[in-house]
Amino acid sequence: MTAHRPGSAAPAEPGTGAERTSTSAPVHGTGTDDAAGGTTARPKRSGHGFLRYLVQRLLVTVGLLLGTTVIGFSLVQLAPGDPVAANLSDAALGNPAIVAAFEEKWGLDEPLPVQYVTYLGNLVQGDLGTSQRTGRPVLTELLDYVPATMEIAVPTLLISLVISIGLGLLSAIRNGGAADQTVRVFSLVGLSTPPFWLAILALYLFFFVLGVSPSGGRLSPQFSPPEPVTGLYTVDALLQGDVLLAWDAAQHAMLPILVLTLVTVATLTRFVRSALLEVLRKDYMLAARAKGLSSRVVLTKHLLRAGLLPILTIAGLTFASLLAGTVLVESIFSWPGLGSYAYESATALDRSAILGASLFIAAVYLGVNLVVDLLYGLADPRVRLT
Amino acid sequence: MGELLSMSGVGVSLPGLHRPVDVLKDVTLDVDPGEIVGIAGESGSGKSMTGRALLGLLPDGARVRGSIVFEGTDLAAGSGKAFRKVRGRRIAMVFQDSTAALHPMLTVGTQLTEHMRRHLGLGRRDANARAVQLMEQVRIPDPARALRSYPHQFSGGMRQRIAIAIALAAEPALLIADEPTTALDVTVQAGILRLFDRLVREMDLSIMFITHDLGVLAALANRTYVFYAGRVMETGPTEELLLRAQHPYTGALLSARPETADTGGEPVPLRPIPGQPATAASSPPGCPFHPRCPDRVAVCDQVTPPLVQVSATRVGTREAAHAAACHVHAPAAPVPVAVPAHREGAP
Amino acid sequence: MTRTHSSLTELTEEQEAATVTPSDDPAAPRRRWWQARTEASRIWRQPVVVVALLVAGAWLVVAIAAPLLAPFDPLQQSSDVYASPGGDHLFGTDALGRDVLSRVIYGARLSIPLALTIVLCALAFGGLLGLVAGYVRGIIGESIMRLTDLFFAFPQIILAMAVAAAFGPSTLNAVVALVIVSWPIYARVIRGAVLSIRSEDYLNASRMLGVGPVAALRRDVMPNSFGPAVVLATLELGNSMLLLAALSFLGLGPRPPAAEWGAMIALGTNDISRWWVSVFPGLAILTVVMACNIIGDALRDRFDPQSVGGR
Repeated sequence: MTAHRPGSAAPAEPGTGAERTSTSAPVHGTGTDDAAGGTTARPKRSGHGFLRYLVQRLLVTVGLLLGTTVIGFSLVQLAPGDPVAANLSDAALGNPAIVAAFEEKWGLDEPLPVQYVTYLGNLVQGDLGTSQRTGRPVLTELLDYVPATMEIAVPTLLISLVISIGLGLLSAIRNGGAADQTVRVFSLVGLSTPPFWLAILALYLFFFVLGVSPSGGRLSPQFSPPEPVTGLYTVDALLQGDVLLAWDAAQHAMLPILVLTLVTVATLTRFVRSALLEVLRKDYMLAARAKGLSSRVVLTKHLLRAGLLPILTIAGLTFASLLAGTVLVESIFSWPGLGSYAYESATALDRSAILGASLFIAAVYLGVNLVVDLLYGLADPRVRLT
Repeated sequence: MGELLSMSGVGVSLPGLHRPVDVLKDVTLDVDPGEIVGIAGESGSGKSMTGRALLGLLPDGARVRGSIVFEGTDLAAGSGKAFRKVRGRRIAMVFQDSTAALHPMLTVGTQLTEHMRRHLGLGRRDANARAVQLMEQVRIPDPARALRSYPHQFSGGMRQRIAIAIALAAEPALLIADEPTTALDVTVQAGILRLFDRLVREMDLSIMFITHDLGVLAALANRTYVFYAGRVMETGPTEELLLRAQHPYTGALLSARPETADTGGEPVPLRPIPGQPATAASSPPGCPFHPRCPDRVAVCDQVTPPLVQVSATRVGTREAAHAAACHVHAPAAPVPVAVPAHREGAP
Repeated sequence: MTRTHSSLTELTEEQEAATVTPSDDPAAPRRRWWQARTEASRIWRQPVVVVALLVAGAWLVVAIAAPLLAPFDPLQQSSDVYASPGGDHLFGTDALGRDVLSRVIYGARLSIPLALTIVLCALAFGGLLGLVAGYVRGIIGESIMRLTDLFFAFPQIILAMAVAAAFGPSTLNAVVALVIVSWPIYARVIRGAVLSIRSEDYLNASRMLGVGPVAALRRDVMPNSFGPAVVLATLELGNSMLLLAALSFLGLGPRPPAAEWGAMIALGTNDISRWWVSVFPGLAILTVVMACNIIGDALRDRFDPQSVGGR
């Protein structure tokens, strides 16, 4: 989770800054109605607004995706050493035919712009290169590892959201009180803890001292993986009706989920708290209380309605950074996910594998971002109708 | 004694860094049914805190002294339960900035009916019917459609009308309007002021109109209170107060208005009030205005002047006192008041 | 509208509330960062912040005086392998018999200067781009901001791993990688600060008085961007420390046998039962990063809270 910078994510996501502000400006100017009770201003509604918003977001996302490939390509270029040697195993290097085929495929004897186009063409076809370590296509490998990460990332996100919204709400409405102080200290400690260290502590405590948790991996040795449907062992096992297998898979997932949740809650709570505090300061919250509504209605209807949108944005970003954040935790729990893959590729200096993993995560990040933006557009009338 | 609302000796203090900080001191004020009462003063004078105190919506940790008797009940006594009973139901509020005071993600209809249904016990259909009626009353065109719209789809003036409709939804007896026209253009402002005037005549309603602009009150308010540093400096029938201002502060406020006087087109020199405005917390001993006062005498920085009646006028059915808190112009022992020549800037 | 009239009438509700604070001068003009004395002195009086400052100061002393404080040579191997904490070795020894306490102490010499270097380089690079992007609008400014968007699309740790792996593991490459992944936030924040100042009236005024853009940059923009930059740098110091530890944990930082905290934690994974091998360097990271975060938060509360965005 180190990768997920607590604060930078909120202003960080492309497209939620200037663009969004501009789309949420009021439609009418002031002063169109006048003295006797004006008859000119009527609510206006336009069906094209959201479509334009959608197209705009799509274009921005495509542009950013292209940009990430430029960064990826530049890294390959900037990296010292011979790309052939960096991508082929020693055995393959000894075979001139393989070397020639590799050079031709990536256009290595062409000028740089042509090389980039070739690189892009290969990427579009799903060719992220070949892992030097395993000799398998990087994309195939990624697709093997991703479900394992999902099995811990999805529950982590859901649990963290529930806890963070609860704690953030408590902290915001008791701003400055004892509960708020406690939540903030917890959050601060969580933010300052290296997640991999926390993972080691958790493993020491729950596996070595208490003996209630397995040491790592997705299943105990006596079990074999269920028929892959979703790739999530717990779900697949339940689909097969094998409760024991599902329980074993769940037990293995618990500790990674616990560690990731602790770290995620720390960052998310901070966000939820400040998002809700911002809403609480608004005049319309005072106005809602002045209307004599009960606190329950004011909190659930007025506060959460306005606060959920920023929280939704953050949740999307958190999910994307969870995929990256698992890097440091998975390796400790021998969890064969995206993080382990990136870690093993990095330590083996397997360049195409680690670049493939980065581009994949960046693409997921941008995709999630796009979805969040669109949801935002659907949920906020100011974006929807302009 | 106001028949609707009577505040007497009300003081409000907020928790400060080291010790509580006063924002209102010894405020006595009353409102009759069907009356528009103006509250004028600079920022920090406590005028907005008066409005929030009436709703029991002061910031956390605020302490209230004195009594706030509304419709026969002392709201300030007890644990705030009395406030919850009247809030939104008998006392409603309109805020300065309608853009900020309307929830951006709830439809106008929802915001107009949610408390109405709670307070008046109306069903959805009845509430909607009443909502349409209210929208017509505040002159919103095409009410049915407006109810389905969101606040950002209206202009500033329209939004303020909607906010007024929301405030009136539960048939309150007292409407607190906190600078409701400050954020609006002058022409739009005039429309809103006319609306208030009409509402008071049509409905069984009193309005407490809070503003920094004495000129706005001239045409609107039956009586006016001038606040400075959390205290009432002068009060009286509005016309009387504007024409024969006793307190130097009221005079200074009037001559600091750029478009004050009816001088037949002659430009009136703008007279800034020298010095920094005091707040209740930062006010000096004695009269809080004395450091900026041109008519200051020795006693002014020693003794806080009480409100002293200088005359009484009949306003409507009641006798309304013109009173000022000033050692020089409204001395406790009645002496003939000599208005210094340089204060003729006040019309 | 004249000045007097506006000062009489146009203060907002917020300002009205603010005047409640007795020390506040309601007519004070826009404060520059060094002028917020009253609030600042309040912040330094918070016990948590004082503790954080003491912790940060203590670590600085440890880093400087490491040879005097460390009981052993941090690289000296011995036959006393995996000694438990206590006795000769207060924090125990690792798999090669090296004294963990001495390694943690010497680790401060590595982690703290490296994190400072990363922050300063990223601040210089990102800050410069942010200044340019905020000051020169149009194509150049836009391109810079799109470039930062691009970098934000990569999760930091993954990009840092990719860069470090591509260039090969070494201390220098880890620093380069972390500068590459952390400059965009500075660009964004500094640009925001510049933009907010740009629109201020006094800048327009000085422009009308004929103050050239470079002079305005030096006179008005730089001093006013300083506050946000300091706040951000302090907060980012902790973040850089965590990222650096992560990279070396992954074997992409300083090469063994260097005593780097992240790499020391990684040694603990070899034998999970020898908890002290990873617990103490982890605590070192935790305390330093927490101190940075607390001080950064306090600084942010002191400066305009809006200026550093949602961090």
